[in-house]
Amino acid sequence: MKIENINSLISGTIVEGGASIDKEVDCAFASDLMSDVLTLHTDKTVILITGLCNVQTIRTCEMSDIKIILFVRGKQVTEEMKELAEENEMTLLSTSFSLYRTAGLLYSAGLPGVY
Amino acid sequence: MHFEYKVEGGDFTNAGTTSSEVKKMLKQLGVNPSIVKRTVVALYEAEVNIVAHAYRGTIFVDLEENSVSIRLEDEGPGIPDIDKAMEQGFSTASPEVREMGFGAGMGLPNMKNNSDKLIVNSVVGKGTTVEIINYF
Repeated sequence: MKIENINSLISGTIVEGGASIDKEVDCAFASDLMSDVLTLHTDKTVILITGLCNVQTIRTCEMSDIKIILFVRGKQVTEEMKELAEENEMTLLSTSFSLYRTAGLLYSAGLPGVY
Repeated sequence: MHFEYKVEGGDFTNAGTTSSEVKKMLKQLGVNPSIVKRTVVALYEAEVNIVAHAYRGTIFVDLEENSVSIRLEDEGPGIPDIDKAMEQGFSTASPEVREMGFGAGMGLPNMKNNSDKLIVNSVVGKGTTVEIINYF
């Protein structure tokens, strides 16, 4: 599923990395626990759906080779996070929807989970 | 090649900067991406542990032709029972650490899963040394 389709399904906003919106995403992982994100083993293109919005979210994705992050519940992305995301060529999306609703919508539209 | 990095305890803003530097370096050297990922995930877990639990630390990175060895030495409270700390789910993390998305007792087991060799030594009241070795 393309990033722009994901963004449209969750009535989202592209906060950073707008140039990559036609990039394909293979699967999704939803978690607020970065320790859990760090245990993922996959070569696929993953989108992380999370309510945890701080600089360590970006760092965790940098180490985990995750290039697309979707923040739920309208969490505000800081300038520092945007800079770090830009440096790592990431795309950041934001939605006002909850984690549950976001995951449900994307799963129903055909975006599978990592596991 | 030998590199050294300083890490400050409690500095969550900069936690991960060393792991980021090492990742860039390994990528530039053309190391296999899956080995780069394993190495930096283990290193990042260990770096966050210094920030979360210790007062300060130093990370020594040694790059050889066929391996990377990373030694993290910290000054801190140490680990009273390393076997217990290696157990999935055991954690002594503060609420602040948990707010950052860590502290679920998954760090040391995950470091083990992402290292070819992991050596943890600790002296209570002095500090902890973690060594991660991965082969290319």
